[in-house]
Amino acid sequence: MTDLTQLTLAEARDALRSKTISASELTKAHLAAMEQARALNAYVLETPDQALAMAAKSDEKLAKGEAGPLEGIPLGIKDLYATQGVRTTACSNILGDFTPQYESTVTSQLWRDGAVMLGKLNNDEFAMGSSNESSSFGPVVSPWAPPEWPQDKLDAALKGDKKGLLVPGGSSGGSSAAVAAHLCLGATATDTGGSIRQPAAFTGTVGIKPTYGRCSRWGIVAFASSLDQAGPIARTVRDSAIMLRSMAGHDAKDTTSVDRAVPDYEAAVGRSIKGMKIGIPKEYRVDGLSEEIDRLWLKGVQWLRDAGAEIVDVSLPHTKYALPAYYIVAPAEASSNLARYDGVRYGLRVPGKDIADMYEKTRAAGFGSEVRRRIMIGTYVLSAGYYDAYYVRAQKIRTLIRQDFENVYHAGVDAILTPATPSPAFGIGEMGASDPVEMYLNDIFTVTVNMAGLPGLALPAGLSAGGLPLGLQLIGRPFDEEALFSIAEVIEQAAGHFKPQQAWWA
Amino acid sequence: MMNATVDPKKLIKGATGDWEVVIGMEIHAQVTSKSKLFSGASTDFGGDQNSHVSLVDAAMPGMLPVINEECVSQAVRTGLGLEAEIHLRSVFDRKNYFYPDLPQGYQISQYKYPIVGEGKVIVDLVDGSQITVGIERLHLEQDAGKSLHDQHPTMSYVDLNRSGVALMEIVSKPDLRSAEEARAYVTKLRTIMRYLGTCDGNMDEGSLRADVNVSVRRPGEPLGTRCEIKNVNSIRFIGQAVDVEARRQIAIIEDGGKIDQETRLFDPAKGETRSMRSKEEAHDYRYFPDPDLLPLEFDQAFVDELKSHLPELPDAKKARFMAGYGLPAYDAGVLVAERAQADYFEAVAKGRDGKIAANWVINELFGRLNKEGKDVLTSPVSADQLGAIVDLIANGTISGKMAKDLFEIVFTEGGDPLRIVEERGMKQVTDTGAIEAAVDAVLAANPDKAEQAKTKPGMLGWFVGQVMKETGGKANPQSVSDLLKGKIGLE
Repeated sequence: MTDLTQLTLAEARDALRSKTISASELTKAHLAAMEQARALNAYVLETPDQALAMAAKSDEKLAKGEAGPLEGIPLGIKDLYATQGVRTTACSNILGDFTPQYESTVTSQLWRDGAVMLGKLNNDEFAMGSSNESSSFGPVVSPWAPPEWPQDKLDAALKGDKKGLLVPGGSSGGSSAAVAAHLCLGATATDTGGSIRQPAAFTGTVGIKPTYGRCSRWGIVAFASSLDQAGPIARTVRDSAIMLRSMAGHDAKDTTSVDRAVPDYEAAVGRSIKGMKIGIPKEYRVDGLSEEIDRLWLKGVQWLRDAGAEIVDVSLPHTKYALPAYYIVAPAEASSNLARYDGVRYGLRVPGKDIADMYEKTRAAGFGSEVRRRIMIGTYVLSAGYYDAYYVRAQKIRTLIRQDFENVYHAGVDAILTPATPSPAFGIGEMGASDPVEMYLNDIFTVTVNMAGLPGLALPAGLSAGGLPLGLQLIGRPFDEEALFSIAEVIEQAAGHFKPQQAWWA
Repeated sequence: MMNATVDPKKLIKGATGDWEVVIGMEIHAQVTSKSKLFSGASTDFGGDQNSHVSLVDAAMPGMLPVINEECVSQAVRTGLGLEAEIHLRSVFDRKNYFYPDLPQGYQISQYKYPIVGEGKVIVDLVDGSQITVGIERLHLEQDAGKSLHDQHPTMSYVDLNRSGVALMEIVSKPDLRSAEEARAYVTKLRTIMRYLGTCDGNMDEGSLRADVNVSVRRPGEPLGTRCEIKNVNSIRFIGQAVDVEARRQIAIIEDGGKIDQETRLFDPAKGETRSMRSKEEAHDYRYFPDPDLLPLEFDQAFVDELKSHLPELPDAKKARFMAGYGLPAYDAGVLVAERAQADYFEAVAKGRDGKIAANWVINELFGRLNKEGKDVLTSPVSADQLGAIVDLIANGTISGKMAKDLFEIVFTEGGDPLRIVEERGMKQVTDTGAIEAAVDAVLAANPDKAEQAKTKPGMLGWFVGQVMKETGGKANPQSVSDLLKGKIGLE
């Protein structure tokens, strides 16, 4: 039998329906691959018993012809999603062995539709990071090996400090690595400033951050409430469309979720883009943009033009303020959202001589340095005397960024094409050590989308000179995820799929 | 202009002259609602510790607040009762600070854009005068939990039952000038909310707490530095706290000192206020709009609908009682202080003389209830029973004196007043023959006095008394008097 982990989600679904394969064997194949790939550190918790039980149930349903849209599909779940009875930590020491009594809305919808949980995926602590290096469980290794490293060097690094091996991006680094290494058919992820799209671009996978309000945030550990959105990472455009349909939907428990029918996103895959107007924003041609990224972008333009789309130059004049404004808004909200981790009710508690001492010791021990940095930034920008100069101004910029997009869409543009990241994946331990802003610059093309609350999709479009995946980003109108799937499929058809070298980590 | 409002009676005498006290209040009123402001957990008082706590109230990771519409309606109703501006758009903010009984690490409150803006309350004072107290704003916010420090030798416990319960913070303008005014204001506010059914006003259970801002100044001078006395939980204590704090401030200033702006606590046992924290130690709450909640928006139709179902409020009811029943302002004020009292009165007054009904309700019933520690809701005498007693007086069946005895019987034993009168022979004797016989007997027994009475009409009263005694109090005094006059020859 062929390796079942090589199937796409759509192929596996069809094979399960036609009873060519069983959910149990599909799940077992993935559990075996996970065991082989522990060195990648993509999973922080494997749940094989639960997976097999769920798969057995799916097989019963498949036999009875009662299969849900995701029946028997094994998925990985980012550790930011609360999973009932299964440890949920946001990859932070402060949550300790926290085990929720509740299931996030998004994952409960996946289980409703028949999906199987393989385990919890690594991420940057509280989703703060662009490389998955800030996780309390340690970094995730990308299944893409550094160019021209011989096997023995790879083996040594895997067993050692992992320095120089590539990052899978972040914060959804466990999700992107697991999907790219075929350790699940798809994964949930979250995106606050690029945490779905940048890891997808780094690993040659497809990730979509839907419109703010499309998916419920209930039960997902909050980073920055006005920016956080759930979304999938999968290996193909179609697979991500299938997953999003199950993840999306209105939830009365999240008043920022929007009551709007969820379309059949898969039906949009393969739809003609003839006559669509695609905007190319000149402000994304930033200083120092590498020539290979620029070339990739032009290639994308050509593919879309070939498919009958009309290409127009557009301007998003406030783009350059997006990153600094983001790094005010997101930490401000985070500083408040993370105040609940105080050692009183759950998670870590380090005793102190009084309550203030307990707070300080607990939070000092429980939060990693990047999280502490952002809490301090957020606390500072909300402080009396600084609030107007920072937070209020950042919100004004946010309004201007939203208006930039509105103007472009008002002029008839259907979607915008940009690079996903300014560079291919970098090595573990290589970036941000002396200057955190260096790391923050990874999000330069993605944060605008969160600031405007728009849908954004990243997908692989080619390889760098060193043979690493490079991604393009499509930005859509509010709640027009369908257009993004249609356009993305055109690029996917033209660019092909990109797979890392065979399982060198095993 | 400030001078014009100074009432010399309200000034406090210091060692160096008169002082005026200026008071503004923040009242925290618990919204009457089944569930909490942002969660479905019960608001019942007195459950086991941590038995009314949802995942949201305990601030579990990933939990989100959802506004309780009933609490919004209650805030709007209260705003309407305060004749205040209702804001169709308001915003919930986070007030950030760490405390063990504040699970989220922030309180969801309304800072810049409250749901209710400026309004007013008319307050009646004991001397019959009225003052108008301006309302600055009313906003919705979450209550915190409770820290319990006496359950364990080295640790504190936290009870989250109250965590997330809806409060209305009602901020007055600094329009109050005495402890009496402060007490009367809170009393009136409480009455209005109880009429509206928006807050039960139960201060023992913490449903109503006051932060009292006190400053002093020489009459006519600008406002002095204020101190905020936190969490005063009875109307009596509010008055005491104002007096104690005003005198403390006056003494400091008269000694050449300066008032520091600070937060203080009132200790009723010691009769003093104590410093909690100074302005420098004040928290920086880092308010910002709660990104988990959209701005709270509703339309005028929503407000109008609530307005159309508002009950008659105490001021309107008082005016109606005065105009409709001819009651003096004081009596009307006493009756409308509680909606149940006013309802009771109206049931008694229906189809009867309003003044007589008010007299019986206020003097006899309230006096008696008070003695027993009861109120109209637990009164052993129903409005129907009291009405029947009033009827028996009006139609001459019993005398006023008998009526008081009858009331006492109904109060202690219950029963139908008319039957009691019949069974116990309490009926007034209106049979002229019987009365005449008694009159004749008395006159016959006292011929000298009868003779004197012809020239001294003042003696008539003595004869009436004798006849009443003879009839066991059942004779109609008017008939007795008329008969006596005729027989003595006074007409």
